[in-house]
Amino acid sequence: MSTPASATTATGAGTGGRPERPRRRRRGPSSRVHPLLYAFTLPALIIYVIFFVIPTLQAVQYSATDWDGFSADYENVGIGNFDRLLTGDTLFLNALTNNLKFMVVVVVFQTILALILAIFLVRNTRGSTLLRGLFFFPTILSSVSVAYIFKFIYDPNFGLGNRVLEAVGLDALTSSYLGNDEAAIYWVAITQVWFHAGQMMVIFIAGLQAVPRELYEAAEIDGAGRWKQFTAITWPMLAPATAIVVAYTTIQSFKAFDLILGLGGNPPKTSLDILSTRIYSTFANSEFGYAATQSIIFMLFIAAIVVVQRRMLKLTQKEA
Amino acid sequence: MRYQLGRGAVLAVYAVLIIVPVTVVIFGSFKTTPELFDSPFGLPSSISFENYDVVLNQQNLRQAFLNSVLVTGASVLLTLLIGSLAAYAVARIPGWKGWLIFGFLVLGMSVPPQANMIPQYVLFDQLGLLDSRLGLVLINIVVGLPVAVFILAGFMRTLPRETYEASSVDGAGPVRTYWSIVMPMSTPSIAATAIFLFVIQWNDLLYPLLFISSPGKKTIPLALLDFQGQFLTDYPLLFTGVVIASLPVVIGYVLLQRHFVAGITAGAVKG
Repeated sequence: MSTPASATTATGAGTGGRPERPRRRRRGPSSRVHPLLYAFTLPALIIYVIFFVIPTLQAVQYSATDWDGFSADYENVGIGNFDRLLTGDTLFLNALTNNLKFMVVVVVFQTILALILAIFLVRNTRGSTLLRGLFFFPTILSSVSVAYIFKFIYDPNFGLGNRVLEAVGLDALTSSYLGNDEAAIYWVAITQVWFHAGQMMVIFIAGLQAVPRELYEAAEIDGAGRWKQFTAITWPMLAPATAIVVAYTTIQSFKAFDLILGLGGNPPKTSLDILSTRIYSTFANSEFGYAATQSIIFMLFIAAIVVVQRRMLKLTQKEA
Repeated sequence: MRYQLGRGAVLAVYAVLIIVPVTVVIFGSFKTTPELFDSPFGLPSSISFENYDVVLNQQNLRQAFLNSVLVTGASVLLTLLIGSLAAYAVARIPGWKGWLIFGFLVLGMSVPPQANMIPQYVLFDQLGLLDSRLGLVLINIVVGLPVAVFILAGFMRTLPRETYEASSVDGAGPVRTYWSIVMPMSTPSIAATAIFLFVIQWNDLLYPLLFISSPGKKTIPLALLDFQGQFLTDYPLLFTGVVIASLPVVIGYVLLQRHFVAGITAGAVKG
């Protein structure tokens, strides 16, 4: 802001004292900052440090103990917990596998669906505004509510799913849904897509609206069809929006905790256990130290996935 | 032409997939169980509030509703107050110091709650804040603060510098500038943040599940989760609970639709 150019313009505008200010600030920093401004950050900083930062660091400390959460004393077990987790914890491994299946399905399907809906609804007509509002609607519901809606759809005896299939003569496709251990996690993934696709659609719409019209006009003159326009213009231009959607969807799929408890019970059955519910169960089982270890792995895992995704996304965008 | 047909078909199918389950739930809350199973899609044969009577009277849901109103109301207001003060300060503190405080506060958005909930539980236990609504308000502030600072500071940085300078020339201190100038000018982002916090905090399940043990202190999502055990397959009662739990958010959504979208999406920009 304080480049000579802008200073000159400011003088030209006739405000005599203004151009000196940035210069003075550069020489003597903090001299112009009212001390009260720092005081304004204190309530936030104090609450944040005591209740967020310190507990996050403590999680690391707990992860090296066998603390049960109640006893006054506990042993330091070093990397014992990590060893237990990485060598023989089938429950954790199962939760990890479920979580990965869930994540892949949700990220792929939700992103594609949200993108298609966004492309169809990006133009501002009355109908598209209405549909955007409708598609966004599920996002505002509580996950327990959404879980109950789908509990009814998936009910093997009375549920909407099988009823509709029977009505249209597709009896062969009826299923026991959550009762099928192989498929259960995918049915929850479909629920998650229903829940949040509209939210991601809105992010894509914002990204699409930022793409300059002229690009499409030029492409049309060059005789590019819809698909060509999509691959050559829309997809590369949507890179930032896609990155946000994919990262956010990934994180959301690890937070599917509520949906799993609502559909799978508390504690959920093994076929529906994901990392967050596993950590919660371990914690509820009074294994605080071990649960802390799991939560550290959990955090590193999310961070790693988000980093990898960003890299991959950058590569595909370059190819396009 | 083929494109328009395909577009229409996809949109119509997806609209049906949203509308049908929601209608089934609303109609279902007025039905008896046999009626729901016989004709899940039909209109209820009579408008009977019996399910609402059962749910509101027997299940402590009225108390839970009140608890949710109190906890969410206090949480949203306090998060906005503390968050907007900090956002205003970091938007005005020049150079790296402002950015450092901002970055430090915003870092909290990328840590999932399962990562530090255990030490938080222990800390709240030591402070006697477990099983209290005050404890829930406090944890809501902690969780909401990074997002609130992120959205609000982002907006306040875009306010023209002249705004701040003019007010200090007129002799207004930081408090006056914050309250009489910055806050009124930030109404759009305050509203978006308020809606974001409201939806998240009203619907939160994890912390009530973790912190609350007395039935009288449960919030709506927690009370609703308990339904699963009580009314295993009594879907009309489950649906009634769903309708009651969703009512405040849905009413707000219908009235303020555009702001809702802006609010919830503002939080999504940095996951």
